[in-house]
Amino acid sequence: MDLGRLIMIIISMVFINNFILSKFLGMCPFIGVSRETKPAISMGIAVTFVMAASSVITWLLYNYVLIPFEITYLRTITFILVIAAFVQFVEMVIRKVSVALYRALGIYLPLITTNCAILGVTLLNTNEFFKDNHAVAGSFLLGLAQSVFAGLGFTLALILMSAIRERLDLLDIPESMKGIPIAFVVASLMSLAFMGFGGFRF
Amino acid sequence: MEIILPIIVLSSLGILFGLGLAFASKKFCVAEDPRLTGIIKCLPGANCGACGKPGCIGFAESLIQGEASVNSCVATEDEERREISKILGVALKEKIKTAAVLHCGGGRKVKGRFIYDGIKTCAASNLIMGGHKACLYGCLGFGDCSRVCPFGAITMGEEELPVVDENKCTACGKCVAICPKNLFSLIAADKPYYTNCSSLDLGKKVMSVCKVGCIACRKCANSCPHKAIEIKNNLAVFDYSKCKNAGVCFTVCPTKAIAKREK
Repeated sequence: MDLGRLIMIIISMVFINNFILSKFLGMCPFIGVSRETKPAISMGIAVTFVMAASSVITWLLYNYVLIPFEITYLRTITFILVIAAFVQFVEMVIRKVSVALYRALGIYLPLITTNCAILGVTLLNTNEFFKDNHAVAGSFLLGLAQSVFAGLGFTLALILMSAIRERLDLLDIPESMKGIPIAFVVASLMSLAFMGFGGFRF
Repeated sequence: MEIILPIIVLSSLGILFGLGLAFASKKFCVAEDPRLTGIIKCLPGANCGACGKPGCIGFAESLIQGEASVNSCVATEDEERREISKILGVALKEKIKTAAVLHCGGGRKVKGRFIYDGIKTCAASNLIMGGHKACLYGCLGFGDCSRVCPFGAITMGEEELPVVDENKCTACGKCVAICPKNLFSLIAADKPYYTNCSSLDLGKKVMSVCKVGCIACRKCANSCPHKAIEIKNNLAVFDYSKCKNAGVCFTVCPTKAIAKREK
């Protein structure tokens, strides 16, 4: 895997194709968990971790099960199945191994079980790093890098949003715009800014 | 025939994950104390934090570990208290109900100092030279307390003063903490008389801005048969360990700065 490709993936996933602000995936946690910075960071870490882990699992599943049986058209449902099962499993393990980590992360894990951002990154990986049902060179590592940085881009958007919303709470906002409505307006403005990274397309 | 293969593959995957999860839940199961769920069911679940623990679950855990007493939770009803004590196997001490009381009768009656056009919260107004009311000690009337109350016990009355509903008040202390003028205190519900003013100004200054303030005339302190009232810093202060609800203070107070709670 060459460095140029990696840098391209980083910039693409964190800025140009930011999952929340350009692709509009995972809007639910973006609005729901962005009230304060601290839980936003925890949520971002949890999402990044689940994205990385599920991209590994789905890559293996896609390469060794779906392609040999020629049922790649079933990838959406299979991926949902495996991600949901995996997140449940991780939750159990964390709860057993570390109560402190479970307290910090545990409540966010069920939230991202069927988060579309997770499914999105795994589908994107299979779209980009498989050609004619064959894995391209270094596709496993590229897919892993792509999902990690997609997760970091998600975290970045979440932290930015939570910092803005913490300040919004202190402002004198008209009653009807308080809370979620103003958050949506802010989200759309942020999204405009992030879309700017992609340049204008007519 | 094409449909058979996907069915087999998908269902075997499903069975595999199902068995895996079933196995994992056995292997990684965390034994949960059955008392914990019982106690959580009895607690109000408002997560008000008045007990000093992180939420009702945290309180339930420290109850089981013996670090907290049932009475630390002010929001639980007596019936639930008994239930929790039964679960824990400890004797329950009877608790006297307390409720939040506002020590200010000003509201609309107090003159303004300037026209305040900023954010409509007491905290924000208080930041500007101590607020827009001529009385530096009185209620600012924007209702930070009514917004913070997790039980809906405080409403803003017509006098622009918060009104506490004693039946709903659980004495969690959130209003005490949030009021920028420190106007709330928790008083036992069987003590109806209280000072309805917090002004430490001299009597003349109090009278110039508010007709219902304490002017520190000492009538109450002198007339109280139990010596339960003392004048400290130009304000009548109750000592509730001595107060026996005689009510003389209420009748002699010339400015009605000593008030009686309605039952």
